[in-house]
Amino acid sequence: MEKLRGKKMSLNDRLFVCCNYLILGLILVIALYPLIFVVSASVSDPVAVTSGDVILLPVGFTLDGYKYIMQYQDIFTGYANTILYTVGGTLLNLAVTLPCAYALSRKDLPGRGILMKVFIVTMYFSGGLIPMYLNIRDFHLLDTRLYMMLGGLVSVYNLIVSRTFFAGISWELHEAAMIDGCSDFKIFAKLVLPLSKPVIVVMALYYGVGHWNEYFNAMIYLSDRGKYPLQLILREILIQSKIASTILEGAGGAGLDAGSMQAMMQQADLMNLIKYGVIVVSTLPMLIVFPWLQKYFEKGVMIGSVKG
Amino acid sequence: MKTKKKKSIWRKWQLYLMILPALLYVILFNYKPMYGLIIAFKDYSFRQGILGSPWVGFQQFERLFSSYWFPIILKNTLTLSVLALILGFPASVIIALMLNEVINNRVRKSIQTILFAPHFISTVVVCGMLTLFLSPSSGIINKVIEFFTGNTIFFMQGTTWFKWIYVLSGIWQEAGWGSIIYFAALASVDKEILEAAQMDGASRFQRIIHVNLPALVPTMIIVFILNCGSLLGIGYEKVYLLQNETNLMASEVISTYVYKVGLENNSYSFSTAVGLFNSVVNCIILVAANLISRKASDTSLW
Repeated sequence: MEKLRGKKMSLNDRLFVCCNYLILGLILVIALYPLIFVVSASVSDPVAVTSGDVILLPVGFTLDGYKYIMQYQDIFTGYANTILYTVGGTLLNLAVTLPCAYALSRKDLPGRGILMKVFIVTMYFSGGLIPMYLNIRDFHLLDTRLYMMLGGLVSVYNLIVSRTFFAGISWELHEAAMIDGCSDFKIFAKLVLPLSKPVIVVMALYYGVGHWNEYFNAMIYLSDRGKYPLQLILREILIQSKIASTILEGAGGAGLDAGSMQAMMQQADLMNLIKYGVIVVSTLPMLIVFPWLQKYFEKGVMIGSVKG
Repeated sequence: MKTKKKKSIWRKWQLYLMILPALLYVILFNYKPMYGLIIAFKDYSFRQGILGSPWVGFQQFERLFSSYWFPIILKNTLTLSVLALILGFPASVIIALMLNEVINNRVRKSIQTILFAPHFISTVVVCGMLTLFLSPSSGIINKVIEFFTGNTIFFMQGTTWFKWIYVLSGIWQEAGWGSIIYFAALASVDKEILEAAQMDGASRFQRIIHVNLPALVPTMIIVFILNCGSLLGIGYEKVYLLQNETNLMASEVISTYVYKVGLENNSYSFSTAVGLFNSVVNCIILVAANLISRKASDTSLW
């Protein structure tokens, strides 16, 4: 690379570099703008948002939206449930996936090729929605918090990625440990895991994000509102525009006839304000966590590692 | 010899024990439901159970192929997934190639952080953002369109816009994230070839086209085959959230149809048959894509 840069760039190349940065800049704006707009709109006067006055920065700063969100009991319950499902689920995922991936990475394990195929088949073929649903029902796991954590316990993609990582750990280390009389458990716990921080972090992130953002299985398998994760509550608010009437009545419309045009418009404005606010509240944790783990991401990619 | 092999299996019991929990899960929650697929050939009733329900042969499939919705959901599923594949695929490759030209590491990592961010946003929130931005009365996009043309576009109503909303928002969310795999592959490009190309007077752009891009081809093929394998397995999570009565003719796909006839109308057997049809077609496409790629380029999944 040094050599490449050492030579003076031709006009042609300089033009190319400029274009490259220009287009990248444009892509950045496209990626970032919606996010900035949501944050700005969540702290702006809702009337200004509706009329199109908010372009980039907040107009008529207000924290009303967040004030109403703080009073919204369902969001709190959803949040607590999601944290439980994410933390509990991810711990289970790791406890099952990592040892399995390690064992399957061991070249001296008889039958590992067949075992791997047993896992890989499930990537491409499944019973489908109804047979899965009937299966969960037979296990009496419908409407349980346990299944919200247990569902998707093993992701075969993640299994392959971590197996590839473990396979890269030097075999000499293994041999030395075996000569010292270490059991396989001990080698995994004392030798392999301490060397595997990157893959543990990436797996925790992949599984964790999956749990945090999950809504479809929760929608199918849960019926008790008290167990709903945050994403199902968000779906009601954002997609179905259902917001607890107590929140809407308590707000805005004071002094106006409940059915009047003005009260309805105020309610619609407030609804949008709450929508922008919940997007921020629900998404922020993920957006704060992932940049710290970014340096490990390339470890979590499978390149040509699909083959058994 | 045989006893020796047996002994070595026993010596490895701890490794097998490490595999056991994952294996049990896969057997109980992935393989066991496959047995439930037989209800696609039965007329399942809750009272009689999977085994007790009467066989009906291919009746459910005949019902599917002759149904009003079949051509519609097939066409929609293919339209959405093919469009997402041919537009989303180059986007990730181009971003990786462009990022590779950013020499300053700190700058490059900051750009990546921003491009990755949309990937971490949930489907529900993305769909919520879409409905807010595209709203005819208060959405920012319609405000801009109104400013320039004086008109308002009802994006979420009707069938015109659905596929573009689905595909473009998908690219916004995943193009940056999808570039990781190509970016990682670019690290293995031989620096000496790049230098030799420069000596021969190749411009930077030419070096990208003739050295970097060909280096990505094997990765592109693998990703392409993997994507082909899920061509009909299109993400129902997002489609389902963006659906409403007015855009159904463009937005009903196989997997949302499976959900509706299955869990909303309780036609368990019919829904399972639709799902099975989907799975089988997926497998055929995957095997075909793999075969073609192996013949054409020696790159294949297996």
